[in-house]
Amino acid sequence: MTRKLKEKIIKNIFFLLSLVSIFVLGLIVVFLFKEGFPIFKVVSVREFIFGLEWYPTYDPPSFGIWSLIVGSLVVTFFASLIAVPLGVLSAIYVAEIAPPLVKEIFKPVIELLAGLPSVVLGFFGMAVLAPWLQNTFGLPTGLNILNASIMLSIMAVPTISSISEDAIYSVSQEFKEASYALGATKFETIARVVVPAALSGISTAVILGMARAIGETMVVLMVAGGAAAIPESIFDSVRPMPASIAAEMGEAPFRSNHYYALFATGIVLFFMTLFFNLIADYISNKFKQVGSATL
Amino acid sequence: MVTLLSDNIIEIKKVNFYYGASKALTDVTMDFKKNKVTALIGPSGCGKSTLLRLLNRMNDLIDGTRVEGEVVFEDRNIYDPDVDPVEIRRRIGMVFQKPNPFPKSIFNNITYGPKLGGVKNRSELEALVEQSLKQASLWNEVKDILNQSAMMLSGGQQQRICIARALAMKPDVLLMDEPTSALDPVSTAKIEELIEELKKKYTIIIVTHNMQQAARISDYTGFFYLGKLIEYNPTEKLFTTPDVKQTEEYITGRFG
Ligand SMILES: Nc1ncnc2c1ncn2[C@@H]1O[C@H](COP(=O)(O)OP(=O)(O)OP(=O)(O)O)[C@@H](O)[C@H]1O
Ligand SMILES: [Mg+2]
Repeated sequence: MTRKLKEKIIKNIFFLLSLVSIFVLGLIVVFLFKEGFPIFKVVSVREFIFGLEWYPTYDPPSFGIWSLIVGSLVVTFFASLIAVPLGVLSAIYVAEIAPPLVKEIFKPVIELLAGLPSVVLGFFGMAVLAPWLQNTFGLPTGLNILNASIMLSIMAVPTISSISEDAIYSVSQEFKEASYALGATKFETIARVVVPAALSGISTAVILGMARAIGETMVVLMVAGGAAAIPESIFDSVRPMPASIAAEMGEAPFRSNHYYALFATGIVLFFMTLFFNLIADYISNKFKQVGSATL
Repeated sequence: MVTLLSDNIIEIKKVNFYYGASKALTDVTMDFKKNKVTALIGPSGCGKSTLLRLLNRMNDLIDGTRVEGEVVFEDRNIYDPDVDPVEIRRRIGMVFQKPNPFPKSIFNNITYGPKLGGVKNRSELEALVEQSLKQASLWNEVKDILNQSAMMLSGGQQQRICIARALAMKPDVLLMDEPTSALDPVSTAKIEELIEELKKKYTIIIVTHNMQQAARISDYTGFFYLGKLIEYNPTEKLFTTPDVKQTEEYITGRFG
């Protein structure tokens, strides 16, 4: 066999393998749409998305998922509020400030967080955080937005910090030296050179962390409380979309309207994560070429 | 050897320098004259960059380095414990081998140092940018694109941005570590011209591998070998009638 032929065969094998994964992914999306669309014969897209009532098992049922969407967005927002500063600052600390020994301990510990099974986190939220919140704030239940946001943020921190860290590491030493040589201190160098130069990577990290939070199921199923209503405070319970799907799919009769509605909820969720990923992609491309010139 | 005169701006006294356990400079004593160009030459790894970075305390940034002896700048040993390296780096600017403008606009590159130093007034900054770019003879080429990224410029232009950026700090001394080694002959010639011009106002210490360059632009030349200063003389003397045989062998290309 000639070397050229070998190269060609190897190339095609790789192509086929990647084709398989794309194909499977495509299949899942097609299936999702096929199983979700029939609900729109019963309710309009508008009613479905903006409807305030989610009573899929009543007679007559109502299929409005607005409160589920709000639930997802709210916990994702508050989780990001906690996870973004924690993740980004710990990345800066590990990459730029920590002495070698501390770095060697911190880095694997943060990465270990990513490996925690979400059911374990959910369990912790239920058994430890919930009673504590309930007692401390005198609430009817500790399973609420705050609890879910805290647990989700713990899931998002490793994503945010490890991707940010890579971005910070890849800022070339030459920029830092240039900064020091102009009389900048370490913190000035971090704030004015390192972080701006790593900004596209950091933004990507943040958005992927948020995508992780919005799609996470087990934690929100266990600790968000499950109330399908628009929340009025961070101590209210919510029912984020993934929790709703996971909780109800078992009971919904096959190819019933409820079943279709859950799949349609999945479609909405799919578009949201897709949107997050597109933004991440856009940002990392946008800043890359111009070298974030105006920062 | 050069005799001590009062117009020294920096005096290095019996300096030993260590990277961890390995010694990179041995017993170096040398003075740098004000408003002159001093070239440092020698084979790769002989400690030229180390010496240069010693002068603005850039070596502090490397873990495990150690300095013995004194580096006196304006009657003060810059390695005294009470000296702030940040202060030293503002007075002694540096240009690196590889052009390293920040991934920011040209304007923000030049104003980076002055802003850190507390200059906030916009018109003051604008004046500084114009003045520095003119000094680096780059003004005409970039005056209309000050808000574009400095990364878009050619290598030679980028290096002049780096020079302008250093000059914007109004330093007393300018350290240059092989500033033209990554550049084409035309850009190199421009920078050499620039150095000629700059020495009227600044003291310049330049590391170069290019003998002709050292001979062309410098007033004094120091030849280093294995971390030691072998010979230090006026450039003309060093290149025509060197005192030490090793120097002669090096400049005629017989070793190194
Ligand atoms: N960061 C460092 N850590 C450890 N040793 C170093 C470091 N930088 C330089 N050295 C060592 O110190 C010695 C002098 O290096 P230096 O960079 O000063 O040489 P140079 O004369 O500038 O060489 P070149 O012409 O190749 O730039 C070399 O033996 C080098 O290996
Ligand atoms: Mg060097």
